[in-house]
Amino acid sequence: MKIHEYQAKELFARYGIPVPSGQAAADPDQAAHAASQLGGRAVIKAQVHAGGRGRAGGIQVVNSPQEAQAYATQLFSRNLVTAQTGPNGAPVYQVLVEEPAAIAREIYLAITIDRVHRRPVILASASGGVDIEETAASNPEAIATEVIDPVLGLMPFQIRRLIATLELDSALARSAAQVMTSMYRLFVEADCSLVEINPLVVTSEGNLLALDAKVNLEDDALFRHSDLKDLADPSQENELENRASDMDVAYVKLDGNVGCLVNGAGLAMATMDIIAARGTTAANFLDVGGGASVEKVADAVKIILDDNDVDRVLVNIFGGILRCDIAAEGIVKAYKEQGSRLPMVVRMLGTNVDQGKSTLRDSGLPVTLVDTLTEAADAVAQI
Amino acid sequence: MGILVDEQTRVVVQGITGREGRFHTQACMAYGANVVAGVTPGRGGQKVEETVPVFDSVEQAVAETGANVSLIFVPAPSAMDAVVEAAEAGIPLVVCISEGVPVLDTIRVAEYLKTSSTRLIGPNCPGLINPGASCKVGIMPGNIHLPGRTGVFSRSGTLTYEAVSQLTNLGLGQSGCVGIGGDPVIGTNFVDVLRLFDDDPDTDQVVLIGEIGGSMEQEAAEYIKAEFTKPVCALVVGATAPTGKRMGHAGAMITGESATVEAKVKALRDAGAVIIPTPADIGVTAQSLMAATL
Repeated sequence: MKIHEYQAKELFARYGIPVPSGQAAADPDQAAHAASQLGGRAVIKAQVHAGGRGRAGGIQVVNSPQEAQAYATQLFSRNLVTAQTGPNGAPVYQVLVEEPAAIAREIYLAITIDRVHRRPVILASASGGVDIEETAASNPEAIATEVIDPVLGLMPFQIRRLIATLELDSALARSAAQVMTSMYRLFVEADCSLVEINPLVVTSEGNLLALDAKVNLEDDALFRHSDLKDLADPSQENELENRASDMDVAYVKLDGNVGCLVNGAGLAMATMDIIAARGTTAANFLDVGGGASVEKVADAVKIILDDNDVDRVLVNIFGGILRCDIAAEGIVKAYKEQGSRLPMVVRMLGTNVDQGKSTLRDSGLPVTLVDTLTEAADAVAQI
Repeated sequence: MGILVDEQTRVVVQGITGREGRFHTQACMAYGANVVAGVTPGRGGQKVEETVPVFDSVEQAVAETGANVSLIFVPAPSAMDAVVEAAEAGIPLVVCISEGVPVLDTIRVAEYLKTSSTRLIGPNCPGLINPGASCKVGIMPGNIHLPGRTGVFSRSGTLTYEAVSQLTNLGLGQSGCVGIGGDPVIGTNFVDVLRLFDDDPDTDQVVLIGEIGGSMEQEAAEYIKAEFTKPVCALVVGATAPTGKRMGHAGAMITGESATVEAKVKALRDAGAVIIPTPADIGVTAQSLMAATL
């Protein structure tokens, strides 16, 4: 689960990681008030669940409360389109109003999961900032890493090795060590999948400050963090994706016109690949899951039918835990309740496949039944 | 023979009295697996399927029944507790079906298992099957399998079934099928499974099914190139998946260059694997690979 920068900075502050003074504002008047409390001069930052805000015009320095109000009005008025949001952009319902920092240097720090070592890993670079990914690609030695033993935690000698690459004087080195220790505590205690500070700046006064903050929380661990669960912001996700997530269906909106209903993430990806190989593209990724009921299948089909980009539907069910007859009943229920006549290709295999097929055949719906992946992809392309 | 499970397998099901535990205990037994015990704390003394005794702890189940494989259906928050309990009871193979286990829990347990002789498959996996020994320790539909000499393994559940069904339709049986699980951190990876198939005299060739995310396919490719002695065909799915979006498997996330389908396919091809062109060609590719080696 993604959270906003201002929320991540509140977590940082709680863990003793230095952040600029500032506050979130939900309307232009609040933004102006927040700026005046900072003495007029402030940085206004659009709060969206996507990076690339600076280059997209989502961050600006203002010199007065009036300017803060004017710029915030502009940000609230339309979606912010960045390199990571897709063409429709993301709506701005909060801005962060912060004290500007005088930047002498930018450092990069992050903790995430290293899948190869099956351990957390901390990354540090003396050259942080917006070009960190290019730095990582062109000059991997500029990124120092330490793999963390989950039982021992982040060890002081590892911190010393990282600090040695950051070219800091001894006072700043102590602060940086403190920041790393706090980041790891946050990572573990909040079950994060990412804690990133880019940049961690050295100010011209000689202090460290987390100028940006990115924290991703692990969805599977939210059950034990009821306080953090509330940090979710559904406005930042596609409406259909929110509906799917409420019913525990894995769904991602895509650009094509073929609505796909599949059980299993791997089979869903394989289905998208095979129809692309035969000339059509998926409107969505949808994994209805293993133990789905008639209602859950019907709700999933309705999400597909409610997507205006969808002009045909492909169902690929490999019955195992999910029985084909249940899937078929769910599909028919959704079509009948929505009054839909969208053409549908259905490929079913496995448990109770004959009952499933006859339910669909007798439904009077515009359905083509096929047996193999290739037939399914061809039939969808011919509609 | 075959790998990991066979006629000697004696299964204890942890979480046997839950809905899924009960259902799949019955299905595994119907396929021919020897389920000797179940564990649900507080339910000791009951019976499931009229014959399977339920115990309060894995330790008791092992002492009473000689169980040597554990199959776990315990809900995610307690799943790793169940894994460690099985390992402490001396069970050498633990198969964890549970979905939604917090990654940091799995990481700690994976660390613990480094000092133990217990192997973990999963979590978030369909389990494994040895058709030749009529032994099913998982949730896959048993009837699509056929005894034979091709090994199949994958990070996905239903896509493994798809692969198996294509093989079976062409009369190409399986020596073993292993779903290793879709989470970012899992107990047994592709290289571990490749080693087991390499040592298995009943396996002539393998089908590897990978997907976007992580770099496990590249690690497999390095091992195949350096040590693996049998023919490999490989499919990597997710070429049309969008970048940076979560695709249901927490593992299937594009995190860098190595996570792309192109990078994985290239590594596997360079290692000598035959690349399966589309998900519809798994059976035919494996069939012609088998014909070429005979």
